[in-house]
Amino acid sequence: MRNYVLRRLLQSGLILLGISLVTFILLYLIPADPARQIAGRSATAETVANIRAQLGLDDPVMIQYFRYLGNLVQGDMGRSYLQKAEVSVLIAGRLPASLLLMISAIVTELILGLTVGIVAALRRNKFEDQALMIFSFVSISAPQFVIGILLLYFFSIQFQWLPIGGYGTFAHLILPSLTLGLLGAGWYSRMMRSSMIDVLHQDFVRTARAKGIAQSQVIVRHVIPNAILPIIAMVGIDIGLFMSGIVVVESVFGWPGIGQLAWQAIQRIDIPVIMGVTIVSATAIVLGNLLADLIAPWIDPRIKIK
Amino acid sequence: MFKLFLAGLTGLALFGNVALAQVNENAPQGGSMTVTYKDDVATLDPAIGYDWQNWSMIKSLFDGLMGYEPGSTQLRNELSASNTISADGMVHVFKLKNGIKFHNGREITAADVKYSLERVTNPKTQSPGAGFFGMIDGFDSWNAGQDSGLSGVKVIDDKTIEIRLSRPDATFLHVMALNFASIVPKEAVDAAGEDFGRKPVGSGAFKLAEWTPGQRVVFEAFDGYHRAGVPKLESVTFEIGLEPMVALLRLQQGMADTLGDGIPPAQFMQVMNDPNQSKNVIEGGQLHTGYITMNTRMAPFDNVMVRKAVNMAINKERIVRIINGRAVPANQPLPPTMPGYAKDYKGYPFDQDGAKKMLADAGLANGFSTELFVYNTDPNPRIAQAIQQDLAAIGIKAEIRNLAQANVIAAGGEPDQAPMIWSGGMAWIADFPDPSNFYGPILGCAGAVQGGWNWSWYCNEALDARAAEADSMTDPSKTAEREAAWRQIYVDIMDDAPWVPVFNEQRFTFRSEKIDGDGTLFVDPVHIPVNYDYIFSTQAK
Repeated sequence: MRNYVLRRLLQSGLILLGISLVTFILLYLIPADPARQIAGRSATAETVANIRAQLGLDDPVMIQYFRYLGNLVQGDMGRSYLQKAEVSVLIAGRLPASLLLMISAIVTELILGLTVGIVAALRRNKFEDQALMIFSFVSISAPQFVIGILLLYFFSIQFQWLPIGGYGTFAHLILPSLTLGLLGAGWYSRMMRSSMIDVLHQDFVRTARAKGIAQSQVIVRHVIPNAILPIIAMVGIDIGLFMSGIVVVESVFGWPGIGQLAWQAIQRIDIPVIMGVTIVSATAIVLGNLLADLIAPWIDPRIKIK
Repeated sequence: MFKLFLAGLTGLALFGNVALAQVNENAPQGGSMTVTYKDDVATLDPAIGYDWQNWSMIKSLFDGLMGYEPGSTQLRNELSASNTISADGMVHVFKLKNGIKFHNGREITAADVKYSLERVTNPKTQSPGAGFFGMIDGFDSWNAGQDSGLSGVKVIDDKTIEIRLSRPDATFLHVMALNFASIVPKEAVDAAGEDFGRKPVGSGAFKLAEWTPGQRVVFEAFDGYHRAGVPKLESVTFEIGLEPMVALLRLQQGMADTLGDGIPPAQFMQVMNDPNQSKNVIEGGQLHTGYITMNTRMAPFDNVMVRKAVNMAINKERIVRIINGRAVPANQPLPPTMPGYAKDYKGYPFDQDGAKKMLADAGLANGFSTELFVYNTDPNPRIAQAIQQDLAAIGIKAEIRNLAQANVIAAGGEPDQAPMIWSGGMAWIADFPDPSNFYGPILGCAGAVQGGWNWSWYCNEALDARAAEADSMTDPSKTAEREAAWRQIYVDIMDDAPWVPVFNEQRFTFRSEKIDGDGTLFVDPVHIPVNYDYIFSTQAK
């Protein structure tokens, strides 16, 4: 077990290194000059050259990369080209909001998805099943931007129950996490449904029924706990999915997370910020996957770590 | 993003010897307003900030020697009590007002002016505005990092500063009114270091009270402001991170007072067709021109006949309709609100048959294939499609290259990459209300260099000489003569047709009924979306 964890951590490190290298080279290859962006349209060629030199942009790309890596190892992610503030401070200021949104979206998608899946499986091929599966189909397919605006329109404008975007209270959290969670809820409801149907046909369920246990007891004590196992293990992977979703959801609801920061930095070729956000979110995804793999055998003994 | 929307120094219909805005100096003080924005504020450092969002915020936090009358493009003394120009136009002397203070309470002296000008031109500051100060004596060596300061700027005494130029320049006072020329206290800059943009200390009507990244920025009235009775509002709150569509919903619900990003295009007609809403929309001109550049160094655009034919092929009325009439068709580089605009100039007619004939005369009867570069955000790709269709009508097959802004700008800055560029979303809004600002970087030889903004690569040395001559007319009595000189320069440029001027954007500011003030304040040439200093709250007593 310890060897396995160490091996996986090492692998994760290598993956992150690869991601940082590829991102860095891609940013280098973009046919746009950050120094020119900083210098502005009134700048002379000398001014631009001077800024390039100060930022070390004239050095070969590998030297720039290793310099960046060297600083990164010491916890220095550099300063934003356009905001001039330290990248680590910019990200640290926004990470809590993104994490809060992510955790509450995970809770939302699990509660919604599992409930829908269980009900659909128990009412298999009946009206409820079909209605719920259409719901899950829609929630998987609809763009989050559209869902977000629709939720805002109904719950904030028509009914005026919830605030129109913003950050701060529990009420502010509901719509963004619902928007983000609906996508996953669709997936989970489908998986939970098939997993439930699978378990319902297992021998031990028949045995339990034969023993004369009430149907509700069979479902709650035998079917659900067994059906849920393969699904819980997938939550770690969601973190990766969410990383792309939060960019959209944060901008619809004005949620001050790292998605917002990333979007602005990309538009302005603010390389230190793009690198910082990429590394932080890649780390979250890699850790999420690692966590998922570690949790799986713990909740489902049939899965063995080799 | 920097430059682009760069503070449209609009002019409204009034301009130049304008009747000044009827700004109510006695409006009550108090109350507050909320402005919405999608993007976070990049920086509030006046030496660094150069986008349409922080431009007017910085104007309310900082002051320079010069400024503008509210709601107009009329220069006025701001921190200076008076300014004089030597007869040869080479030496400017400014006298500071008495009792002017920074937000930290310290009195402003001439040494602060020298420090601020040296800071913005110091290559280590990496200011995007440094180039504006090129006319100050000693700029070249200081900006190249070779001197100990700006030798042309001299402190005479605590209240007097002398600025010597290396060439007479009629735009100098406008440059002194730019944000980049704001006066900053050295001790606050030293204390904050590179974080000065997050901890700004100036002498403007407002001071920074709160900045929560990604959420809000709050300004509070500065009670030591050098103009009595200003600002009107007690505080201004900028709500950050809201999609323009969501921001509009908030305004309609009474939770916001104006939209920093404007009315979203998809909702524009809905708002304008509803009398209850459209009565709160104020329309104004903008010192902006949208144009198509044709690279004069790339065949076949090196042939003036081809460029003229393209000028005749574009249906500008239709393009204006595509953007819901939020612009007026253009026929010359200068916008109508800019001094020097040629009212009587007719431009090229829309005449596709004539254009075809001209192409045939140029030996291209069968047309040709080319590329049109365009910034990939709405409405620019749609506009590019309209241009593409118009070109197809005269036999030119243009392939559209939809790219990120920085990539289009980079391609335009190379001599052989972009045959045609639609300027939408990138260029050009004037930095200051003077005709020269539409020439040097985008039509003059100085801009036709690698990394420059003259994407037509048009360089006419005779015109360059005339431009230099016009800008050396610093004598205020020659203003009209200088304006006429510039007018002729732009008309003559159109003979060479390096651009197709397409339209001039209009501004539409949506306000709530909680804020009020003269209409000009809501389409203020230098303050976008509104002039925060003079707008008042209808709830103030």
